[in-house]
Amino acid sequence: MIDPNTAQRFQAMAAPHLDAAYNLARWLTRNPADADDVVQDAYLRAFRYFDGFRGGDGRAWLLAIVRNTCYSWLRRNRSEQATMEYDDEIASLQSMSDPAELAMHVSDPAQLLLRASNQQQLEAALLQLPTEQREILVLRELEDLSYKEIAGITGLPIGTVMSRLSRARLQLRRCFEAMSTTS
Amino acid sequence: MNCTEVRALLAVYGDGELDLPRAVALEQHLAGCADCTALLREQNALRSAIRTHAPYHRAPEALRARLHAALPAATDSDAPVAQRARRPRSTATLRRWSGALAAALALAIGINLLYVAQRGDDALADEVVAGHVRSLQAAHLADVPSTDQHTVKPWFAGKLDFSPPVHDLADAGFVLTGGRLDYIDHRNVAALIYRHRQHVINLFVWPAGSDTDRGSSVKAREGYNLLHWTAEGDVWWAVSDLNAEELREFEQRLRQAGATPS
Ligand SMILES: [Zn+2]
Repeated sequence: MIDPNTAQRFQAMAAPHLDAAYNLARWLTRNPADADDVVQDAYLRAFRYFDGFRGGDGRAWLLAIVRNTCYSWLRRNRSEQATMEYDDEIASLQSMSDPAELAMHVSDPAQLLLRASNQQQLEAALLQLPTEQREILVLRELEDLSYKEIAGITGLPIGTVMSRLSRARLQLRRCFEAMSTTS
Repeated sequence: MNCTEVRALLAVYGDGELDLPRAVALEQHLAGCADCTALLREQNALRSAIRTHAPYHRAPEALRARLHAALPAATDSDAPVAQRARRPRSTATLRRWSGALAAALALAIGINLLYVAQRGDDALADEVVAGHVRSLQAAHLADVPSTDQHTVKPWFAGKLDFSPPVHDLADAGFVLTGGRLDYIDHRNVAALIYRHRQHVINLFVWPAGSDTDRGSSVKAREGYNLLHWTAEGDVWWAVSDLNAEELREFEQRLRQAGATPS
């Protein structure tokens, strides 16, 4: 029924990336129990698709499946939330007309960094971001993936990866600023 | 490079993704500009704060164990060789246990895989609907807007590793309006856009990996109808707010067009 060699090859490829898979699922679902379910589902799906895996970057291949499983799950379970595909064009119009605005957007850098260095405040700020922005920061900063690798995992053009990353960072700063003014 | 140009590239530079010539030009500017240098320092500090202080959630041991059990290869070959060699007496017991365990696992896996296979189409249907909704929402229906199949078909060349069949069904009231690249089932696929009266139909096509034709099946999702079949060596998914009957007619016309050389 199942070729034991295939099964072993799959285990050997997939097991080392379980932390990365779980970390992504945990940040996307924002909940440990849901991340558990999603990762288990994703791994079984990955095993089923394993014939289509042509070697290469196993982590990227698995993370793409985890990501898809997360979004299907979010669509099914949280339809009331804004989990529709994120609209970069609209976000772009709303957040900045000039790409240089991002870099010029300095408030109080010392205050900002103080908050970013506080684990609770940083986590809270990240969890407030739209799913797509949180995802891109997790892939970039926590998984240390290149633009190209992120494009491969998300299916986005590299230009979109870059602009989404910029907006995520800008949005994160705004979260910290909002914390500064309310606390 | 002036300050505006530098600031637009600062994040890309900080990510280590800027090409060498521009990185050199940017560094030349930084050497003489305290403001841009301060911005870079702040940006890097924020990045390293995220990397240092954001929690990295490692997979719980229970999940690891559950997956190990749910996926195959958790048989006696997993026991460390040294351990087995050192404790010969328990080997027979271990063998017996692994036999029983393997049988139980095989059963569990069989059930799991069956479950996954049935759910496979459901997961795909979700992706197809998401693709359809995305194309309507972002006003990004077509990368190549054209009613001419001889414009749409060649557009895909070089963008896909297959050549999607593009049929003109205007006579039947299904007007081709363009094509688009999309991403379904972990691969790039062709999305062909047709209109029937005021309704948009997204038709997703990619190679089936086998020549077996499969009859169509209808699904309804989030207010859309989906039709799915395999023919001409390709997987076809049509999705629209069109009613199921007209969607079936669309399928029939496509199949006819596919059977007769254009
Ligand atoms: Zn400057």
